[in-house]
Amino acid sequence: MMQSLFLVVVPYWGQSLLRVLGGLVAVLLPAGTIVYLFLFKMMSFMQSRLGPMEAGPYGSLQLVAEVGKWMQKEDIVPQRADKFIFKIAPVVVLVSTFLLVVVVPFGPDAYFTNFDTGVFYALAVSSISVLGILMAGWASANKYSLLGGLRAAGQLIAYELPMVLAVMGVVIQAGTMNMQQIVVSQNSGSMFGFSGLGNPFVLTQFVGFIVFMISIQAELTQAPFDMPIAESELVSGYMTEYSGFRFLIFFIGEFATAGVFAMIASVLFLGGWGVPFAWFGWTSTDDVANWMNLVGPLIIFTKMMLVVFIIMWVRFSYPRFREDQLQRFAWKILIPVSLANIMVTAVLKVAL
Amino acid sequence: MAKIPGLVKGLGVTFGTMVRTITKGANTVQYPHEKEVPPIRSRGVIALHQDNCTSCMLCSRSCPDWCIYIEAHKDLAPPRREGGKVRQVNKLDRFDIDYALCMYCGICVEVCPFDALFWSPEYEYSEPNIADLLHDKSKLSEWMETVPEAPALEVGADKKKK
Repeated sequence: MMQSLFLVVVPYWGQSLLRVLGGLVAVLLPAGTIVYLFLFKMMSFMQSRLGPMEAGPYGSLQLVAEVGKWMQKEDIVPQRADKFIFKIAPVVVLVSTFLLVVVVPFGPDAYFTNFDTGVFYALAVSSISVLGILMAGWASANKYSLLGGLRAAGQLIAYELPMVLAVMGVVIQAGTMNMQQIVVSQNSGSMFGFSGLGNPFVLTQFVGFIVFMISIQAELTQAPFDMPIAESELVSGYMTEYSGFRFLIFFIGEFATAGVFAMIASVLFLGGWGVPFAWFGWTSTDDVANWMNLVGPLIIFTKMMLVVFIIMWVRFSYPRFREDQLQRFAWKILIPVSLANIMVTAVLKVAL
Repeated sequence: MAKIPGLVKGLGVTFGTMVRTITKGANTVQYPHEKEVPPIRSRGVIALHQDNCTSCMLCSRSCPDWCIYIEAHKDLAPPRREGGKVRQVNKLDRFDIDYALCMYCGICVEVCPFDALFWSPEYEYSEPNIADLLHDKSKLSEWMETVPEAPALEVGADKKKK
């Protein structure tokens, strides 16, 4: 367990406190980095702009300024809104992110929990955000919000399926739903007897990886799939009536979820925190040197940034789908492709 | 060469723009820190050459926004020649341009028959108080210093006098 991380014995409350702090860092640090590095800077560069330059060196403190701006704004609740639901909806969205990060392993001993149905749990918990979005859309008492919420629900449920089915291929190949074991099986594996690279599933499950990336793009409602908040059609969708720090929570939730989903993608497909075990002669988690608990988070952070780069790159390049094209794409292309992927993987798994 | 799918091409465009912006810099001018030199004929602010003004009111009447306010009184001036009649001239009391209303069409500059109005490329005269955007004749005359020398005209044409 986590205790082996520390030289002294940490009491249970101390461990809980450390877990909470670790969770905050693991969710908010990537979110802030993503917003500054990709949303502010990379987006600007791709549009031949400079982005924020005034707040701090190269605008690096812009996010602090933005958070300050949002915090001091009035917290407006529409008169006919369902006030309680309206107020807790952003929190529900953010909570799903924190629940999601729980199963991501950051090192051989650096994880929050390690249970056998990690993948199942992650996919189940990620759809809690749909509830929050539906609550926000319905409780706002606003046509745009309601349409945005319903679109979000339809989209997130439609793309949940190909995501689950894409992950199935990984689960079949790894033979486990435990996130930690998936990392181990990728890094201790070998391709045709060559173990220098391990066996990252992005190579053997490439179709699954593509389907998964498209699905998380839609799950995160990033650009080609941003119908729920399509600003030219629905003002701002389910976020229309939100202001001040409740909007800020939605905003953090969006990019924190992007970070966590990217972490899950890197765990499932890119080998997670590990380096190929053959480099150091390890065979299982027990052999892995203790310093991997420090290096592992950095490795998974790097891989996460790579995945987020791809997500944001696609986001800044493509125009928005139409609503019916979106549904057709999910049901008629992604799901059959991922089903075929599962069949091929299962057949090869048994045959080889 | 095989046709590159549009999706891939689009990604290439954005990535190329990013690399170009990082290596060569954006076209952005960081305004308060560095300033662009406006073109010589840009329409920044209208300057008034008081000595040329006869308060004929043509500019005021041609202004689409009615943002030019002119008041004048008649005055007597000594005759031009020995023994001549005493002349009557218009003395300008007030010449205001309200830049809160002005839409920079330049009709007043075009219509002035005595070359009393000039375009100046100066553009930094925003004010925290909207009433301060009403420039009176002394302020309008100060802008004369910023009026650039008129570009050379065709051979035989009259040059606009300051």
